[in-house]
Amino acid sequence: MALSTGRASSTARDRTAGSGGARGQDRHQRPGPLRRVMGRHWYAWAMVAPVILVTALLIGWPLARGVYLSLTDATEATMGRTIGVNVIPSTYEFVGLDNYISILTSSLFWDKLTWTIVWTVACVALHYGLGLGLAMLLNRRVRFRSTYRLLLILPWAIPGFVSAFIWRYLYNSDYGVINGMLKAAGLGAVGWLDDPTTAKIAVVAVNVWMGVPFMMVAVLGGLQSIPGELYEAAEVDGATPWQRFRFITVPGLRTVSSTVILLGTIWTFNMFPVIFLISGGGPGSSTEILVTYAFREAFTGIRNYSGSAAWGVIILMLLVVLALVYRRALRRQGEVW
Amino acid sequence: MRRAFSAATMVAALALAVAACGGGDSGTTAAPAQSAAADPSKVSGEITWWDTVRPDSEGPTFQALIKEFQAKYPNIKVKYVNVPSDQAQNQFQTAAQAGTGAPDVIRSEVAWTPQFASLGYLQPLDGSRAVENEADFLPGPLSSTKYNGKTYAVPQVTDTLALIYNKRLLAEAGHEKAPTTVEELKQAALDVKAKTGASGLALNVDSYFLLPFMYGEGGDLLDVQNKKITVNSPANVKAMETVADLVASGAAPKPAIQDSYANAMTALKDGKTAMIYNGPWALSEIYQGKEFQDKANLGIAPVPAGSVKAGAPTGGWNLAIYAGSKNLDASYEFVRFMSSAESQARVAKEISLLPTRPSAYDKPEVQANEAVSVFKPIMETATARPWIPEGGQLFQPLLEGYQSLIGGQATPEDMLKKVDDQYRGIFKDWS
Repeated sequence: MALSTGRASSTARDRTAGSGGARGQDRHQRPGPLRRVMGRHWYAWAMVAPVILVTALLIGWPLARGVYLSLTDATEATMGRTIGVNVIPSTYEFVGLDNYISILTSSLFWDKLTWTIVWTVACVALHYGLGLGLAMLLNRRVRFRSTYRLLLILPWAIPGFVSAFIWRYLYNSDYGVINGMLKAAGLGAVGWLDDPTTAKIAVVAVNVWMGVPFMMVAVLGGLQSIPGELYEAAEVDGATPWQRFRFITVPGLRTVSSTVILLGTIWTFNMFPVIFLISGGGPGSSTEILVTYAFREAFTGIRNYSGSAAWGVIILMLLVVLALVYRRALRRQGEVW
Repeated sequence: MRRAFSAATMVAALALAVAACGGGDSGTTAAPAQSAAADPSKVSGEITWWDTVRPDSEGPTFQALIKEFQAKYPNIKVKYVNVPSDQAQNQFQTAAQAGTGAPDVIRSEVAWTPQFASLGYLQPLDGSRAVENEADFLPGPLSSTKYNGKTYAVPQVTDTLALIYNKRLLAEAGHEKAPTTVEELKQAALDVKAKTGASGLALNVDSYFLLPFMYGEGGDLLDVQNKKITVNSPANVKAMETVADLVASGAAPKPAIQDSYANAMTALKDGKTAMIYNGPWALSEIYQGKEFQDKANLGIAPVPAGSVKAGAPTGGWNLAIYAGSKNLDASYEFVRFMSSAESQARVAKEISLLPTRPSAYDKPEVQANEAVSVFKPIMETATARPWIPEGGQLFQPLLEGYQSLIGGQATPEDMLKKVDDQYRGIFKDWS
């Protein structure tokens, strides 16, 4: 917000003073760099200050505390507190990187990481692919277009936990609708959530169902911003539909796609409710992703604050690295993001 | 618009939190009123009670008891909050740790009690008015209220598992009596399957429901006295082989892993299966099923014995008081009232939950309740679980093991080895 107001005012001044005018004047007067920034943008800074403060409080403080806890051996039993007549002293200690070492050397972590990556890639690929397909369908002139759009957006409007419960019922191996239909068609019932492989397919299917509407809407927005003249011109030049898709649609969608794919990746990587409510991480712990495991560490039995904080920090770092690599890859393609 | 809305929500939430902190302040007397007889008109305050029963079938009875209590203690106001039993533990831990929003009195599951106590969340009740005539409690439930030599709760109701069966289906298969051993169970189930078209036994894939098989072979999860992890024992291997055999032989259809509790209940209610393992809390729901419009069709028997004994686990619920309660006196009186023989008898009569006081079982209205009289002898043979703070953590590894056993991904030996490994992570200095 601050930058855009600043830029807007400087372009306005540029227009009157000619190119480089605003910057040139400042250089002549030579106030200190801080004062220069504050002087030019003080109102912008004043406006964002509350947001920065609240963000620092709401995000910065818990984050710092989480990082600190991950370096200790704090659990619910070793954190000090006084409740009524009960006084419990703090007995947790700083243990350095012990938590991280024990997590990174456990096979459990690598199992969960592998499945989390498979889960994310499968979900996002299907989200994007189906979203793109549906968006292209809906971008044409068809009858009842708005009805279709409304119906397709519906899964997104339902709260995640409600969809999860509905799907869990559909998957029920004895009384579920899906098995009911399979039986009616003369096929055998499938224990959808009872076998690791089918359970994985089941949770991916639900997440795809829930995530496609968002992709569809985002891509549709992107498609509508591509000028129709380009297609007309291409058609005149004799381009095949595939060529039109390849050389107009894909480049036209690049900005939207790169953003929604990154967002989708981060959301899916941390998609808690689908896994937790549908399979509960089971059977065994075969469908558990990193976040659901961190939750279990944090919220079952005597809570392991330090362990779950360490999991949280590792998940955060994985996502930060992912975002950086992704951004660099985009920049190499000449994308400004 | 959106930000304005969320800011308003936050302000409202903060206001609520502040109100919750300050809510129970009226008329506090902090010193524990020792056993001196309290004058009901002198004790005052507002207390919040987190109840965990099913709100539709069991809740009304408890709300009626609260009305009775408030009539007796006109200056105490009880705020009744129903928290689902699978969420209460987590919510209480969060609220107690944060120091805001915890109730004055909580209905705490027997396994949670030592955990809450070890974390300092519960008020010690020794010598307070909450505990009345401790000699008049069944030893099993009473033992769950002790931690480090102190009393932290009062037993409210107790329960255990039993074999619950459809008499008509068993009779059609030629069995007039309930099976008493696991071999008889298997035979009866196979006969039901062969002769009636219904399935014999619906298993519930849950750790608690695995315990009767383990206890039946003389196995256990831990040896608390000697600080030993005993889950990976030959007795338990035998128990797991029995369970696997029930499925493999067709006596029990392969159970669903998700929702197996609900599926087993539905199957029994609809007459699609002849037998399940379950506890007294399930009865009010089972009687709603079409097979049991005639209540006489429902049979309740002790869990079938393994090669050693018939061993069902002890469950149940205690009443505990939050150590940070602002109205300890009112809470003491409330717990005393709710755990009295009279209150227990009313609960037993109306919703068949089992009393924890022998004297309550002697009352005619309790003796008239058929379910209670069937469960009472079963209760006497029930095995107490280890009441340790880590008790709640024992179930997840066992559940994962049970799931992989049923799914055919692990043999009994592999499964128990894995559970054993996970227990060693919880009890680091045990042998």
